[in-house]
Amino acid sequence: MLDAYPTITLLSLLTYPALHLGKKDYMDLAIHTEKLARVYKLRGSKKEEAKELVALRDINLDVRRGELFGLLGPNGAGKTTLIKILTTLLAPSSGVARVAGYDVAAEPEKVRPRINMVSGGESSGYGLLTVRENLWMFAQFYGIPSKLANERIKQLLEIVRMSDRMNTKSSDLSTGLRQKMNIVRGFLTDPEVLFLDEPTLGLDVEASMDVRNFVRGWMEGNRDRTLLLTTHYMVEADELCDRVAIINGGQVLACDTPANLKRQLQRDVIYRMEVSPLNGLQPEALEALGGVRKVSHEPKDGAAVLELILAEDDALGSVVNTLTGKDIHILNLQKREPSLEDVFVNLVGHSMKEAESGADGSSS
Amino acid sequence: MQATQDIRKPVKERGVSGRTFRAAAWLGWQIESNWADPLIFFIYSVIKPLSGAAILVVMYSVITNGNFDDPMFAYIYLGNAFYIYVAAVLTGVSWTVIDDREIYRMLKYIYIAPVHVPVYLLGRGFAKFAFGSLAVFITIAAGVYFLDVPLDLSLVNWPLFAVSLTLGIVMLAMMGLVLGSVMLLIVNNANFMGEAVAGALYLFSGAVFPLSILPAWLQPVGYIIPISYWLELLRRSVVGQVAESFPTFSQFSDMQLLGILAGLTALFTVLGFVVFRYCDHQAREKGYLDRYSNF
Ligand SMILES: Nc1ncnc2c1ncn2[C@@H]1O[C@H](COP(=O)(O)OP(=O)(O)OP(=O)(O)O)[C@@H](O)[C@H]1O
Ligand SMILES: [Mg+2]
Repeated sequence: MLDAYPTITLLSLLTYPALHLGKKDYMDLAIHTEKLARVYKLRGSKKEEAKELVALRDINLDVRRGELFGLLGPNGAGKTTLIKILTTLLAPSSGVARVAGYDVAAEPEKVRPRINMVSGGESSGYGLLTVRENLWMFAQFYGIPSKLANERIKQLLEIVRMSDRMNTKSSDLSTGLRQKMNIVRGFLTDPEVLFLDEPTLGLDVEASMDVRNFVRGWMEGNRDRTLLLTTHYMVEADELCDRVAIINGGQVLACDTPANLKRQLQRDVIYRMEVSPLNGLQPEALEALGGVRKVSHEPKDGAAVLELILAEDDALGSVVNTLTGKDIHILNLQKREPSLEDVFVNLVGHSMKEAESGADGSSS
Repeated sequence: MQATQDIRKPVKERGVSGRTFRAAAWLGWQIESNWADPLIFFIYSVIKPLSGAAILVVMYSVITNGNFDDPMFAYIYLGNAFYIYVAAVLTGVSWTVIDDREIYRMLKYIYIAPVHVPVYLLGRGFAKFAFGSLAVFITIAAGVYFLDVPLDLSLVNWPLFAVSLTLGIVMLAMMGLVLGSVMLLIVNNANFMGEAVAGALYLFSGAVFPLSILPAWLQPVGYIIPISYWLELLRRSVVGQVAESFPTFSQFSDMQLLGILAGLTALFTVLGFVVFRYCDHQAREKGYLDRYSNF
C-alpha cells in the first residue's frame, strides 16, 4: 500500500514524525500500555446500588523484547487484572494496551498466536486426558506439528522432572504436579511474550526452584523472548527479573531494575529488630522520631519484628530509647542490606503482609 | 509498513478453523468415550435412549390400547428417536462453555489460544453428534425389530435423508452456538439452559405428536420452530407413507420443505456467528471468561 504512494508516505513522515516513530516503537516493544485503566462494576445485593471498583488506573508500562519483567504487589493490587487485559481475556475500560505490537482490544486474533499465559495456584486441566494428551492438544490449537510437539513435550517434562508422569491422567496428579504441567503448556508453544501469574504459588521449595531455573534457561535460549511474571515473593522478583514494577492499589509506584530500586535506599540504613510485644505502642509513633523514615511491624509468636528504615545510624538511639521507655525489650538486632521488601515498604508505607491484611479496603 | 523490519515470528494464520475443529472434536471424543467403566458407557449410550423410548411406547400403548399398527405409532417413535439429536447437538455445543469454564477451568486457555472459539464449540459438539448417532441408530433398530416400526430400507429416500439430516445437524449446531454464546454471559445457573430449551422444543416441534393435534392457537408455535420442518423431512424420507397420514405439512412438497430448512439453516448460521461476536465482546467487557460460579 505504502509503496504505491511514495510521495505521500514521505510527506506524512515529515509531517507526522511522531506517529511513525511511535509505530516503530511498538514493534520493538513486547508490551506497551498507555493510561490503561480497568473498572469493575460490582453488583451487590438487589437493594444496594451498583458500585465501581477501580482495579487499575493509568498504567503506563513499556516492556522491551527480551526482558524478564516482574510485577510485584500485594493481593488485590491489580496484577491479575493487568495480565488478563494483556492476554485479551478482559477488555480495558480505557487506555491502550499493545502486546507484540498489536492492540489487545482491537486485534486480539493477532495477539493470541504470539502469547501464552499460565496462572498458578489453581487446578485446571482436562482431568481425563493424560499429561501428554493435555499438552499435545494445546500444541494442536497452536498449529504445532504433532512430531515437533511430542519432542518438545518430552523435553519440557524432563526439565521439570515429570517424565515418569507423561501418561498419567492429569486428574491423578497432585496440585503441584498439575501446576507444573500447566507451566509446561505455557512454554510448549514457544510464545513471543509469555505471561506467568504467580507461577510458583503453592509449589514446594524445590519445585519453585525448578520453575525459576527453567524460566531463566528459557530466556537465555533466545534473546527475543519476553516474559512477564507476577509474584508475591520479593526474593523471586529480585533474583529473577531484569526489571520490576511495584504495583499497589491499581497503580505503578515504581519501575526499574531491582538494583536501581534498592539503590534509592542505599543511603538509608536498615535494621531488623526483634522485640518483646509492643504494649500498645503504635509503630507509627516511631516514624515521628527524627531520622526514622519507615517502620513496618509484624507480630511473631509472643514477640514482634520491626523493620526500620533510617536516614542515618544515629536515629537508632532514639528508637531504642522510645522502646525501653515503654518497657519493650530488644531481643535481637540486625543491620542489613536493603531488599526489594524495603523498597516496597518505602513506597507503599507498610509491608506486603500489612498491605494484604487490609487489601480489599485500600484498593477501592 | 515495509520500512519497519518486522522481527515478529511469522504466524500460521491459515487453517485455523480446520485445526481448531479437529482438536476440539478429538477432545470431545475423549470426553465422551472416556468413561472409565464400560458399564457406565453402555448405560449412557444404549440403555438411556432405549428407556426413553420405552416410556413413550408404554404411554402410547396405554392410551391406544396397544394399537401399534396405527401410523401414529411410527410417527411418534421415529420423531422421538431423531429428537435425540436435538438434545445431543444443542446441549453438546452450548454446554461446552459451562464445562470448560466452570468444570475444567480451561476456557481462558482455549480463549487465548489462536483458535476460532465458535469453531471450537462446534468441534466439541461433533463428538456428541457421533455418540447421538449411535443412540438414534440403536433406538430405531430396536423399534424395527421389536415393535414392527414399518421401516423398509429399500423404500428409504436416501438422498433426501442425507441432505435433510446434514442440514438439520448444522442448524442444530448453530442453534447450540447461539445458546452457548448467551451462556458466556450467564455465570450462575446456566447449566440447565440447554436441557430446558431442548425440553421445551420437544413438545412443540412435532417430535411426539403431529402439530395438527395441537389446539389451533398453539399450532403456530410449532410452525416457527425450525426443528419441526427437519423432523417432517426425516420422517418423509425414511417412512413416506406414515408422514402422508398427517396433514400438518402436506401443503408443502419435499423440495419446499428442504428449501425452508436450508433457509433456516443459513439464518441460524449467520445468527450463530453474530450472536457469538456480540456475547464474546460483552463477556470480555465484563470479565466473564474466567468467572466461576460456586457449584
Ligand atoms: N471479576 C471481578 N469483579 C469485580 N472485582 C474484581 C474482579 N476481579 C478482580 N476484582 C477486584 O479487582 C482488584 C484487583 O484484583 P486482581 O485479581 O487483579 O489482584 P491481584 O494483584 O492479582 O491480587 P492477588 O495477589 O490476590 O492475585 C481487587 O480489588 C479485586 O477484588
Ligand atoms: Mg492475582
